[in-house]
Amino acid sequence: MEQLYNSTIAAISTAMSNSGIGIVRMSGPEAFQIADRVYKGKKEKKLCEQQSHTIHYGYMVDGDQVIDEVLVMLMRGPHSYTGEDTVEINCHGGVYVVKRILELLIKNGARPAEPGEYTKRAFLNGRLDLSQAEAVGDLIASQNEYALQSSVSQLKGNIKDKIGEMREKILYHTAFIETALDDPEHISVDGYGETLKKVVDEIIEAMKRLLDSCDDGRIIKEGVRTVILGKPNAGKSSLLNVLLGEDRAIVTDIAGTTRDVLEEHLNLKGISLNIMDTAGIRDTEDVVEKIGVDRAKEYADKADLILYVIDASRPLDENDAEILHLIKGKRAIILLNKSDLDMQVKKDQEELPEEFPVIEISAKNVEGIGELEDTLKEMFFQGELTFNDEIYITNVRQKTALQDAYAALERVNDSIAADMPEDFYSIDLMDAYEALGNITGETIGEDLVNEIFSKFCMGK
Amino acid sequence: MRYSANSVWENKDKYDVVVIGAGHAGCEAALATARLGFQTLVFTVSVDSIAMMPCNPNIGGSSKGHLVRELDALGGEMGKVIDRTFIQSKMLNKSKGPAVHSLRAQADKAVYSRTMRRVLEAQENLEIKQGEVANLLVEDGKITGVQTFSGATYHCKAVIICSGTYLKARCIYGDVSQYTGPNGLQAANHLTDCLKELGIKMYRFKTGTPARVDRKTVDFSKMEEQFGDERVVPFSFTTNPDDVQIDQASCWLTYTNETTHDIIRANLDRSPLYSGMIEGTGPRYCPSIEDKVVKFADKKRHQVFLEPEGLETDEMYIGGMSSSLPEDVQYAMYRSVPGLEHVKIVRNAYAIEYDCIDARQLKPSLEFRNISGLFSAGQFNGSSGYEEAAAQGLIAGINAARKLQGMESLVLDRSEAYIGVLIDDLVTKESHEPYRMMTSRAEYRLLLRQDNADQRLTEKGYEVGLISQERYDRLKEKERLIESEIERLKNAYVGTSEKVQELLESYESTPLNSGSSLAELIRRPELSYEAVADIDVTRPKLPEDLAEEVIGQVDISLKYDGYIQRQKRQVEQFKKMENKKIPEDMDYDAVNSLRIEAVQKLKEYRPVSIGQASRISGVSPADISVLLVYLSGNHR
Repeated sequence: MEQLYNSTIAAISTAMSNSGIGIVRMSGPEAFQIADRVYKGKKEKKLCEQQSHTIHYGYMVDGDQVIDEVLVMLMRGPHSYTGEDTVEINCHGGVYVVKRILELLIKNGARPAEPGEYTKRAFLNGRLDLSQAEAVGDLIASQNEYALQSSVSQLKGNIKDKIGEMREKILYHTAFIETALDDPEHISVDGYGETLKKVVDEIIEAMKRLLDSCDDGRIIKEGVRTVILGKPNAGKSSLLNVLLGEDRAIVTDIAGTTRDVLEEHLNLKGISLNIMDTAGIRDTEDVVEKIGVDRAKEYADKADLILYVIDASRPLDENDAEILHLIKGKRAIILLNKSDLDMQVKKDQEELPEEFPVIEISAKNVEGIGELEDTLKEMFFQGELTFNDEIYITNVRQKTALQDAYAALERVNDSIAADMPEDFYSIDLMDAYEALGNITGETIGEDLVNEIFSKFCMGK
Repeated sequence: MRYSANSVWENKDKYDVVVIGAGHAGCEAALATARLGFQTLVFTVSVDSIAMMPCNPNIGGSSKGHLVRELDALGGEMGKVIDRTFIQSKMLNKSKGPAVHSLRAQADKAVYSRTMRRVLEAQENLEIKQGEVANLLVEDGKITGVQTFSGATYHCKAVIICSGTYLKARCIYGDVSQYTGPNGLQAANHLTDCLKELGIKMYRFKTGTPARVDRKTVDFSKMEEQFGDERVVPFSFTTNPDDVQIDQASCWLTYTNETTHDIIRANLDRSPLYSGMIEGTGPRYCPSIEDKVVKFADKKRHQVFLEPEGLETDEMYIGGMSSSLPEDVQYAMYRSVPGLEHVKIVRNAYAIEYDCIDARQLKPSLEFRNISGLFSAGQFNGSSGYEEAAAQGLIAGINAARKLQGMESLVLDRSEAYIGVLIDDLVTKESHEPYRMMTSRAEYRLLLRQDNADQRLTEKGYEVGLISQERYDRLKEKERLIESEIERLKNAYVGTSEKVQELLESYESTPLNSGSSLAELIRRPELSYEAVADIDVTRPKLPEDLAEEVIGQVDISLKYDGYIQRQKRQVEQFKKMENKKIPEDMDYDAVNSLRIEAVQKLKEYRPVSIGQASRISGVSPADISVLLVYLSGNHR
């Protein structure tokens, strides 16, 4: 079968967590050749020469360095999900290992897959039929409704905010130049290069910082962004410990995460949570504590879900009022802790807004946790809670797009330095704008089939 | 109610195409169909007003100049006529990049109009008829003819409406309002009703023009003289550049001042625009002086250009000060401008209101979606400007002819021509004001230069049948020479000889450390093809009639190569979407996942491609994705 695509793509197919096994998948005409470059089996075994639908034991190697012990599964097109030659590398789970293997494949000629690109290839290679394709349409339509409800939430998260800001600036200055070209009498672009250079330099700086953070892996996150709030000694940390305790949770310690707010990753009844324990909120003069409190507020602002822990053994005070004000309009669950003591705050307490579920718990006696889990699950399946889906592979893709945008802006600076006429700036400004739009999904100048399937999760 | 004549008679003469209106759109449309062999009848309310320029006395200008060059490359007439009738010419924006260089020529209005009329009169298969078309004859959704106000019926296979600003036209200044077309000409008051009965959605737009004044009453000593270019570049690729090096007339620049602005502000309540007397929407990009004073409140002055209306008249046009203020305010306002203190007004400034259509009812071929054989062009389609009109007129004429030939329509896309941008915008985007061409509307400007319009479009004009074999061969030869020169220069190396270094030094260019190709040297801003002539030992002698054009193209191609390549990549992305066609009988209701708003818009405007669909407001990227999946599935 003739293959529609020349490039070979690679992606991590399993969730980015420290599970037992991780799978990195590669599809495209060169999948076998690239695999051979990084695979070391017994007796100089070549994967290219092996039969389809066979499994091979060996090592992933980067030059002399062994990365991991692996099982490699070979599937030749058209008998694979995408219809192309496909290699699946089963390695040990763990964020670091799968990331390393993916990078190794990219270094050896593969390119990071766009979101949904596997499905797209499957579709274009005739591996999906009309009814399946229409189901895809339905799926996107449901996203549409969601987008209508909260277009803002689609753009949530630091990166998207920042990208949005950059795009806005670029658009503003492009529009200015364009307007000036059409109305030279009223708007002058003479010497505009200097003004523009300042702006471009600023954006380039911001991009650099973002690119650096990609390298740190600081933006590796998957799950519902959850923040625990409460006054000091309300029992926030005890709650976290209960949630993390026993066998019910897997703790991931992501290197490089900012630690001023404690961040843990856990899985409750199949739902991934990125959980952040914050400093207790109260009016304080202590400078260090104040920074912690401010930061807690900041995190609460960006959270998908807030767990508000109240010490129910004491009456509510003005600090509680402040927290209630803070969580207004957000997704939150109110937890009345210390149900083992004399309850001063009741479930039907007047001050507690009706919009939030209220659950009595005792972190100390591990009571009410089941109800919390059930409530969480219900919210999730009713669509009230959504994933923060900035998973790692998105970041490789984001990184590539960021680098494209970065290069385009450098060309703008080159044009300014070379004293090119102002109308030349906009070519590269628009390139940068479009590249950034690829990160946020706002660019539709790209091949539209990409656009469709980018609504999917990875690895499907 | 549609117009009903007292008595009706049938004209049995044979016509293929009827063109309604002989302005800039109508002339191009009629010439195109006649030249392609179809018997054409063009109606005008006044034979004396054929190709009249009721507003500014010039052709071209920023981005409009591009339209004229493109029109010429496709076989249109405007460029040739202005080359024969201009009295001053300038290449604008020369300090900017080649993409925004644009030609503008001052016309002798009367001579322009007369010359175009002679071209029409001399054209085989073309007849001119004075009269007002009042009704369209339509049977089973197909055009069959027209009926005039006098009751005469003419049968034909296609009709092209180019009614300009004449439909139910009303001219207004202050509280004075007359139901006339521009320049006091008779309005066309009946066609609108017929169009409405045919289910065509109408808009009412407004535009305006400044006063004309008596040259003898202008004090030019208080103004800056504006000269034409020393070396004039012709509009038409067929005009010999030597033929356009004429003695040129001058224009004059002066400015408004705070006094002018105070007079305007004090009388704003008497402006029909602000009093609500005018209901039509005016062009933001060609604003009246009262609009400018309001919009740019902090601007202390605005440019005013005095331009001759012709060589055989004393009338001058006051560019930059169109207005619909009352007569007495006009006198006060104009006379506050330096040099115009004692000016006598020959014709008052006025605003004009007229009926036009929502052009989204048209296909990209400019044929109505719901009435087969009915085409339209120009201000009737909601555009503004002579050049925009002429460009549409030519395309409508070509496509009417191609329909009768049973051929596919000529549709230019946004990456091929400003004409493509113009028509795509008109038939796709919602517009509530007269549409004016602007450079910023063209995404792929660097490829759509006025200097390469012939390379972009001559071949299409040739295929259509409006470009001669000789002209086509000349283009091919030019392209061959450009390509071979570029190849040669990329492979022609010079060393660090004394001669080379001396030459570089004479242009204040950095000396070479090691060998370099001549192409690399030409890329330097301070150097050019001509500059390196002395060290280019293998340079061939270029044919005299092509040398200038070839050299220009070689310079641009080499100097801006990187930018051109990047823009080409952007075009590739764009083309992917344009090439995904939507079947004409697409059933949008069958696509479950489209949002209701999107279904409505898509059903109403029936885009021809995914690309066009994506530009319709109300259709989101997600809708486009849904459509694309649906279409891919269908094709499998």
